[in-house]
Amino acid sequence: MVRIRFHQNLDDLKEKLLVMAGMAEQSIQRAVEAYRVRDLSICDLVDRGEMAINRLEREIDQMALDLLAMEQPMAIDLRFILAVIKINADVERVGDSARVISDRVRELQAFPAAELPIDIPRIANLASGMVRKALQAFIEGDADMAEAVLSMDDSVDKLNGGAHYALLNLMKKEASLAPQALNALMISRSLERVADHATNIAEDVIFWVRGADVRHNVGISTGNSQRGS
Amino acid sequence: MGVSIEVNSLNAWYGTNHTLQDITLHIPANEATALIGPSGCGKSTFVRCLNRMHETNPIGKVTGEVKVGGVDIYSDISAVEVRRRIGMVFQRPNPFPTMSIYDNVASGLRLNGYRNRRVLDEVVERSLKHAALWDEVKDDLKKKSGASLSGGQQQRLCIARALAVDPEVLLMDEPASALDPVSTAKIEDLIFQLKVQYTIVIVTHNMQQAARVAERTGFFLNGKMIEFDSTHKIFTNPSDKRTEDYITGRFG
Repeated sequence: MVRIRFHQNLDDLKEKLLVMAGMAEQSIQRAVEAYRVRDLSICDLVDRGEMAINRLEREIDQMALDLLAMEQPMAIDLRFILAVIKINADVERVGDSARVISDRVRELQAFPAAELPIDIPRIANLASGMVRKALQAFIEGDADMAEAVLSMDDSVDKLNGGAHYALLNLMKKEASLAPQALNALMISRSLERVADHATNIAEDVIFWVRGADVRHNVGISTGNSQRGS
Repeated sequence: MGVSIEVNSLNAWYGTNHTLQDITLHIPANEATALIGPSGCGKSTFVRCLNRMHETNPIGKVTGEVKVGGVDIYSDISAVEVRRRIGMVFQRPNPFPTMSIYDNVASGLRLNGYRNRRVLDEVVERSLKHAALWDEVKDDLKKKSGASLSGGQQQRLCIARALAVDPEVLLMDEPASALDPVSTAKIEDLIFQLKVQYTIVIVTHNMQQAARVAERTGFFLNGKMIEFDSTHKIFTNPSDKRTEDYITGRFG
């Protein structure tokens, strides 16, 4: 029994998740742009985007739940739907992180601009790049590409750790810059969380394609490395 | 207790049609093993080879070895003894319609020459209890015919009839496909209880059923055993692309 309608539904689920992921990625870019140019109108776009992302999260979960209940998927299809449910949650949190950055930008407006020992656009580029690559791996069903994302997380962690140390030192030395430093610290922390979500997405892609659970650095196994739903 | 089944290089034909091709596998004792695959793939022929029913077809032919509990069923024992050791339940319940419930269950023993009333009473009660039917029929054992029961009850009656001759293996060829969901659930619960004492081989088109009841699953395609592994592995991450394509509905 060839299940044409079911597989069409899986394709629809994937497409909807990719729409949502695109919006989340765009929200991060907008939030960082708002930080860079200190433009609150961009923060408004981020806030509206987050509401749309939340709505899509609920719709995707409902679609996945319906497919689980009504189609009783097996093997790669079952793994695909489980992966979608988890990626859905991670993408929604990427949207949340954009909102956190947007809130910090709003708070920063009350203080004069300051030279800070942190390159937020650089961290943002790395974190967004990880999200983009993880999603590309999801689009192509490419576990090898997803594996490459896992190895990128360290560089974001290092940048965030370095910024953390430098900003703490700045706050000790120059108390008047504490509000700016503290908000920058929180933005950096949010971007580091975005990279973590990208890592989770990559792990879920590997699970979907290979059936291997590689979370918490357990067993990157080889096997079928490329699938399409 | 159930016994293991060793199948080595089993081949079967219907006339010139080579329906089973070089099947080799080990079915462990006291487990349920499910056989899945599209219609005509050979899974029913396979179970019919496990109790020498295939050879009853005038154009049926079998080669290879089937050892049940270490005994080669094609050379060491008679076909009658094979069918005592290896019971079978079919897709459609087939109680003897004119016999009472009691006589249905006792029929196999009587064919084997048992006449002692007390022994027959004990075996009938035990078999019906094992088949989870006793409580529903104990007051009507000799009053009602097997055909008067519901479809699900009839199927459990057939299971009781198979158990009465104390088999080691129970073969089930789509035992729940003609039953409603409640009766199906009872048969599946029963399989769980029965595998403590018997080795069970179940042919099913219902993959969720295979996933629910069986420890191991074999996938047949075009007369060949494509994959045989733990049920968990087959239904979450099968090794063979053909298995995956079948269970995910990409063909079949």
